[in-house]
Amino acid sequence: MGPLVLVWRLAAHDLRRRLTQSVLLLVVIAAATSALALAFALDGTSNTAWRTTRAATAGPDVMAEAYPAKHPALGELTALTRADGVVATSGPYPMASPVLRTGKIADPVFAEGRDETMPAIDRPYLTAGTWVRPGGMVIERGFAGQLNVHVGSRVTLDGRPFRVAGIAVETGRGANWRPQLVWVTRDDALRLVSPGGQLAYVLNLRLAGPVTAPAFAAAHSSPSLFIATWEQIRSSDEKELTVVQLVLLVGAWLLGMLAIGSVAVLVGGRMIEQTRRAGLIKAAGGTPQFVAVVLLAENLLLALAATIIGLAVGYLVAPALASPSLSLLGSANSPSLTASKAFMVVAVAVAVAVAATVVPAVRAARSTTIGALNDPARTPRRPGAMIALSARLPASLVLGLLLAIRRPRRAILTALSLLITDVMIVCALALHSSFASGKSTDVMVNQPGLGQPLLARVDSVVLVVTVTLVVLATVNTIFITQATVLDAQRPSALARAFGATPDQVSAGLTVAQLIPALLGGILSVPAGISLYRVATRVAGGAPNANLPVSWMAAVIVGTVAVVAALTLFPARAGARRPVAAVLRSD
Amino acid sequence: MSGIEDTCVLRARGLYKQYGREGGLVRAVDGVDLDVAAGRTLAVMGPSGCGKSTLLHLLGGLDRPTAGELFFEHRRVDQLSERALAQLRRHEIGFVFQGFQLLDELTAQENVELPALLARSSPRQARRRASQLLEQVGLGERASHLPSALSGGQRQRVAIARALVNKPAVILADEPTGNLDSAATLEVLRLFGALRAEGFTLVVVTHDERVAATADRLISMRDGAFAGDTAMANAGGPDVHQSAG
Repeated sequence: MGPLVLVWRLAAHDLRRRLTQSVLLLVVIAAATSALALAFALDGTSNTAWRTTRAATAGPDVMAEAYPAKHPALGELTALTRADGVVATSGPYPMASPVLRTGKIADPVFAEGRDETMPAIDRPYLTAGTWVRPGGMVIERGFAGQLNVHVGSRVTLDGRPFRVAGIAVETGRGANWRPQLVWVTRDDALRLVSPGGQLAYVLNLRLAGPVTAPAFAAAHSSPSLFIATWEQIRSSDEKELTVVQLVLLVGAWLLGMLAIGSVAVLVGGRMIEQTRRAGLIKAAGGTPQFVAVVLLAENLLLALAATIIGLAVGYLVAPALASPSLSLLGSANSPSLTASKAFMVVAVAVAVAVAATVVPAVRAARSTTIGALNDPARTPRRPGAMIALSARLPASLVLGLLLAIRRPRRAILTALSLLITDVMIVCALALHSSFASGKSTDVMVNQPGLGQPLLARVDSVVLVVTVTLVVLATVNTIFITQATVLDAQRPSALARAFGATPDQVSAGLTVAQLIPALLGGILSVPAGISLYRVATRVAGGAPNANLPVSWMAAVIVGTVAVVAALTLFPARAGARRPVAAVLRSD
Repeated sequence: MSGIEDTCVLRARGLYKQYGREGGLVRAVDGVDLDVAAGRTLAVMGPSGCGKSTLLHLLGGLDRPTAGELFFEHRRVDQLSERALAQLRRHEIGFVFQGFQLLDELTAQENVELPALLARSSPRQARRRASQLLEQVGLGERASHLPSALSGGQRQRVAIARALVNKPAVILADEPTGNLDSAATLEVLRLFGALRAEGFTLVVVTHDERVAATADRLISMRDGAFAGDTAMANAGGPDVHQSAG
């Protein structure tokens, strides 16, 4: 009982004493667990909504389109209605390709001509208003949301005025298909075909068994027909969530890596204090194992809190992310955070906590008690080549190099922390770049026109993940700078005692931070482009990443500039402390 | 075994501690033989860097000797594992450091309780014992204060209470008055006098002749070896084995 009380007492009091660091550690680990919990929670979330919509709209097992303007294929299309395995059909419906205008928005659409009565197969489900009538169109709900039109709104199709009679959903063509869909009467659809314009026909089929759809599609494949099975339609409708989930998963791994980096920075920053504390506990009779348990308990408390936050975020935010598509019916089902997925989140948090404990615990176990209490400084090492190089450099640069070499692990951590953040920035820029250049077919069907809802949603998730990474990297940089400035106080004071100016010293401190920043920035460009290519390939798109050279340069220059700005103030403050005071306090 | 050996709590034979190598070799403790008798106070004096603190750290298992043998109550301890050394310190040895070495985040009471809880005392027993000791060192009313709210003398008294909490066989004190003013030094001397009267074995490394004057035996060190060994007027009998050095 006694040792347990002591572990709790030592862990709780220490966490409270270094509250800022504890909160930062908590935020860092919680960011990683939240992203991971979100990614897991979204896994399979949209299945229910899609199934509900398919049932309510009598969604087809197979949808076939023919383009008679290019191929006289209407006969081929109608022949499908008599094919083996077909039990019900609707259509063929004529489909024009006009441009819809409302306000300042102009967007090409498919205008499908329907009867004024609902068919047995593919019955769009009206969520507002009434079904098509002459001059009255029904608009797909996700698309209506994008256009911000409502029942009664006035729009034009190729200049012909229409009033929005209703808003509906269906599983034939969701919001992720381009161009998007409106329904008009058959006569209106035929009138929308300009002389020489294209007219397509759409046929919906119900098969005896939905599982036979792929075989049916393969058997009736033809150059003049476009055939989509219900599985392909579902895949398209769920694309949004799949891509969001992928972004979150990649973001979670990056956040996890950065969290470990942040933990290393925070733990490393108080290593001397922790080692002395370990020595003190050992002097009072604590074994190395007991010291390790105390250190682990502190970090596990934080990890536990971070896990709770992460799982709560997963439960609370996932529904909002899972129901972005107005194109499906019903609200998203509860995010499926199963016990095994929750265990994975806990495992990540515990892994970070253990990683934070290992180095000080091993250090405490290896050092003698008096060694831990006194924590003698390590002998600096400097290769001969570096000494020769130093002789040819200006004083500021030499000071910076000496500081960077003195703490190589700290420099590596800075470089890694910035590398991870910049990798996500490069990915975000690559996404923007492909979006801007109209090459966003990487991950979906694409046509020029109105912004695509999928990309907009993915874009916002990427933005949130990137901003989180930038905030964490900034915290890391500030902590590393502070540790470097504290560490450099004595050598800087000595340099000033022998004639270095405060400006030379602060420039040296800045250089010590800029060397790893430059390295991290440069490496992030190829690493980010590679990650983007892998992610787009996993999402089912072509791995194109055409990032302009100027954007790549901006990432590197921006990283160096931000780190310089973050370093300058503490470096200048540190370099102006009276020399005698620094040397006396040593 | 002679009568002297029977009462011996700590015994060192050919104890060496070296740092560095070749040209930079430093012999901090250079072949020391020492017997510390139970219930006696031994003071070790010498110039800075002569190895007296290192000797104290070796005697208490805070550091490991390069060579030689160290016995605690006839049990060889220089080859014990870190875990076994921790248990030895926990039950048998109390430390008082020049820099107090209190845990900043724990109150005076909690600092004193720490070794007791490590020794598996119940929280209630640990609290009772710590309160009793803090009363004894005159800090009963400061028990709930953090070290940062205590003066140097008060911190050292907390450290002494902490060293006593598990009723150790030996108390090792490294410059216990080194950071204290005259008034606080006198207070610590009073406490050491009380401990001596209670029969505790004390080994005190000090620069302060007032502290050394309270000992039964005074050893002078120079360059890692013993340069002198004097029985003091306080000595109650021939309790020492001849030291080498």
